[in-house]
Amino acid sequence: MSSVIASSVGEHHPGPQTQERGQRAVFCGLTSIIWLHRRIQDAFFLVVGSRTCAHLIQSAAGVMIFAEPRFATAILGERDLAGMADCHEELDRVVSELIARRSGINRLFLVGSCPSEVIKLDLETAAAKLQVKHENRVRISAFSGSGIETTFTQGEDQCLKSTVAELPALGASEDNLIVLGTVSDIVEDQFRRLFDELDIKNVHFYPGRKAGDLPAVGKGTRVIAAQPFVGETARALIESGAELISAPFPLGAEGSKAWFEAAAEAYGVDSERTQQVLEMPYQRAKRAVSVHRSKLEGKRIHFLPDSQLEIPMARFLSEECGLSVNEIGTPFHDQLMMRGELARLPQDVPMVEGQDLDPALARVRAARPDLTVCGMGIANALESEGLRTKWSIELVFSPVQGFDQAGDLAGLFAKPLAREEILEVGSWS
Amino acid sequence: MELTLWTYEGPPHVGAIRVAASMRDVHLMLHSPQGDTYADLLFTMIEREGRRPPVTYTTFQARDLGSSTAEMVVNSLRESAERFKPQVLMVADSCTAELIQDQPGALALGADLPVPVIPLEMAAYTRKENWGAAETFYQLVRGLLSRQAPPPGSERPPRDANTRPSVNLLGPTKLGFRCRDDVVEIERLLNSMGVDVNVVAPLGASPQDLQAIPKADANVNLCPEVSDLTCSWLARTFGMPTISTIPMGWGATRDFIAEVAATLDLDINVDAVGESRLPWYSRSIDSTYLTGKRVFVFADGSHAIAAARVARDEMGFEVVGLGTYSRERARDVRAAAKEYGLEALITDNYLEVEAKVQELQPEMVLGTQMERHIAKRLGIPCAVISTPAHVQDYPARYSPQMGFEGANVLFDTWVHPLIMGLEEHLLHMFRDDFEFNDSVGPSHLGSEGEGARAQDTSSGHQADDGAVVWAFEAEKELKKIPFFVRGKARRNTERFAVEHGLTTIEVDTLYDAKAHFSN
Ligand code: SF4
Ligand code: SF4
Repeated sequence: MSSVIASSVGEHHPGPQTQERGQRAVFCGLTSIIWLHRRIQDAFFLVVGSRTCAHLIQSAAGVMIFAEPRFATAILGERDLAGMADCHEELDRVVSELIARRSGINRLFLVGSCPSEVIKLDLETAAAKLQVKHENRVRISAFSGSGIETTFTQGEDQCLKSTVAELPALGASEDNLIVLGTVSDIVEDQFRRLFDELDIKNVHFYPGRKAGDLPAVGKGTRVIAAQPFVGETARALIESGAELISAPFPLGAEGSKAWFEAAAEAYGVDSERTQQVLEMPYQRAKRAVSVHRSKLEGKRIHFLPDSQLEIPMARFLSEECGLSVNEIGTPFHDQLMMRGELARLPQDVPMVEGQDLDPALARVRAARPDLTVCGMGIANALESEGLRTKWSIELVFSPVQGFDQAGDLAGLFAKPLAREEILEVGSWS
Repeated sequence: MELTLWTYEGPPHVGAIRVAASMRDVHLMLHSPQGDTYADLLFTMIEREGRRPPVTYTTFQARDLGSSTAEMVVNSLRESAERFKPQVLMVADSCTAELIQDQPGALALGADLPVPVIPLEMAAYTRKENWGAAETFYQLVRGLLSRQAPPPGSERPPRDANTRPSVNLLGPTKLGFRCRDDVVEIERLLNSMGVDVNVVAPLGASPQDLQAIPKADANVNLCPEVSDLTCSWLARTFGMPTISTIPMGWGATRDFIAEVAATLDLDINVDAVGESRLPWYSRSIDSTYLTGKRVFVFADGSHAIAAARVARDEMGFEVVGLGTYSRERARDVRAAAKEYGLEALITDNYLEVEAKVQELQPEMVLGTQMERHIAKRLGIPCAVISTPAHVQDYPARYSPQMGFEGANVLFDTWVHPLIMGLEEHLLHMFRDDFEFNDSVGPSHLGSEGEGARAQDTSSGHQADDGAVVWAFEAEKELKKIPFFVRGKARRNTERFAVEHGLTTIEVDTLYDAKAHFSN
């Protein structure tokens, strides 16, 4: 995490900014496996960890969505810890068992956890050894999703970064565009259609639907981020010669427009052409957002740190829905990734990086905002105190990017407020 | 190293959180990394709790390792004591913290905190959630009560003739299966016997309440998964007898009444205490169709044993499989299984459970959330009877599993997923009627019974394992079998064909298989 925080790009939020250290209430990076395994359909994620790790993924996924999921945990036992069993041999056995069982798997990620890291189990070396054994059958690598190294959405960043070294080199005369960060299949299809119309060729979504869909990278590569939490991968791509397009994230009508415009500009697309292509979806998105505007306008919103989407969400809601932002809490502030966002944020919004749960909750209680965006563990506790909430995990699980999801996105925030108006039962306060 | 897809139980510290979340005026300081805070959502989402569990997590990160983690423990302890002012502060390690050996318990005892401290050892790499809950409850009760203990060997003074007899209900917790309603039901039952409930714990109790435990005449070991250890310590230390019948089902409820009466030396007519509709509902002719339905039971120890008895003796089912994921209860479940002429299935590997269900082809599964999915996949009706359970198994309505009302609830919940008796005949009668579309299914079956039809959409000519092929005529014949047994007929016939080395299934094979499996 440290390399992210120590970003050198210097565009700062002009408003009040503080750092907090204390009790955090954010999941660890293992949680990313939930959307990664759905996105990359031939990949398997094997966490090397404890029963806690297995229980976390299962609980965050809402218990058993798939009968046999493409993730599992190799649970370390006493024998592994006491050195009675050789962890590498054990892992070898477990991986062979897994590969024999799942014939459709082309890619295996060994995912490090707190316990595996504390006992210094070197999963990268383990992956390299296993690769030799299973060469031609499945590609194996490792990344960390541990709670001591990563929060919630950073698991995806670590996962993608671990594959950057495998990317083929882009030919000297070629160029391509990498859309970085998981988007759902439907969003990918919509984006592809627009890129086609803009005549932007060689667009790769990373991660792709198949583990083998790896984009080439080199001097002619441009990267545009679809998600804010992929900063380390973006930096690794920059080191491989790519150029990062600075843009707000494709959230909302304005965000999506600015995002496509930035890509088009980088490609030298004629700006009239760009406007022509974007005009219809942009107007459609605005109409869809405006449906929810009456519910949202003038309301005060507060973000507790969770998914790393807090800053772009705050921007979308203040810019397009007329909400005022009480506070933006974010697990960490990656200035490189946020540089397309900050200028669009209201100047006076207090931003808090990191977390100290109880004082942060005390601020929510004191401010009594109309809506608080927070993790699932906290939402009902605030609701019972008469505070409306939106749980942030939905912002990562459901398709919210792009023009045609802008209305849905506004709807996610409008729904709890609409519900309050409808219900004639009990009391929320 | 053990490959795990789904786990029946969380780690032991989740058991500790369950005890803390069940109680008032306690706080738990858990030394753990940030991801472990997911445990909050078990309570706020699954059980719809309106407060975060009373837990402070240290949430140490890699950069803290080797330098400041111990300091974080002490700070968290001080802040928790200050902010929440609990009567008791419990301290535990999660799996990761256990490895870095900060000994938070010792740190807490040495930190001169303004609140009594109970250190817990959670054994994250050998134990699981229920064990953790049991251990936490035991340490808490022992920690608070050992000073009151009479000298070993002293006689328990007899109850004053003027005071009403009383018992404690021990074991119910948050995230237990229907604990909230079972407590109400059993309290009501005991009251109608003239017995008071002295303390219910952990659910709803404060440390101060726990101090009053020895005042009761006996302890009801209501959820042995959590309270066994504590009940036996109270029996040893305070000479308090343990009432161990779990009042689940009609017969067991009556046995429970008898045990309470015998333990407290009360003269009670069991018939006068209360009644359930289960016996009559089960005898009414509509229930004839329940006779001999083959059920597979898999749950925590207590619910598995109790459900098997209800299934056979009170519903008239045949118990064809019985098992538990709880190794602590393996001995009890093995003994129970013997009574049904079965070998108990003791495993926490859900794939093994699935394989067993597939092999046994029961007509109904009584299990946990895991078995619900297994059953759905195999197209077998299922009712959930035990944790782990999902949000829909924490219903708004009163829905106990114990006592006489609990018996009513069991009858309804188990019968619901099955085809109604009379309706079964009607389906047979009308299945050739051109207006009757048998893929519609009975209207009272929601998603639970859906699998029976979902399964059947694979009308290809090749059997699943690819070894046998259905002849056209045989396939046509198969379609004449009502949909709710068609999947089973298909599987049985294919199995029969494979076992007999046949490569093509003819109409005769279908009927040979039917004859083979019907005896
Ligand atoms: S925080 Fe660490 S121990 Fe806890 S679930 Fe995440 S990786 Fe596992
Ligand atoms: S489907 Fe309708 S008619 Fe049949 S049992 Fe259910 S409720 Fe009665």
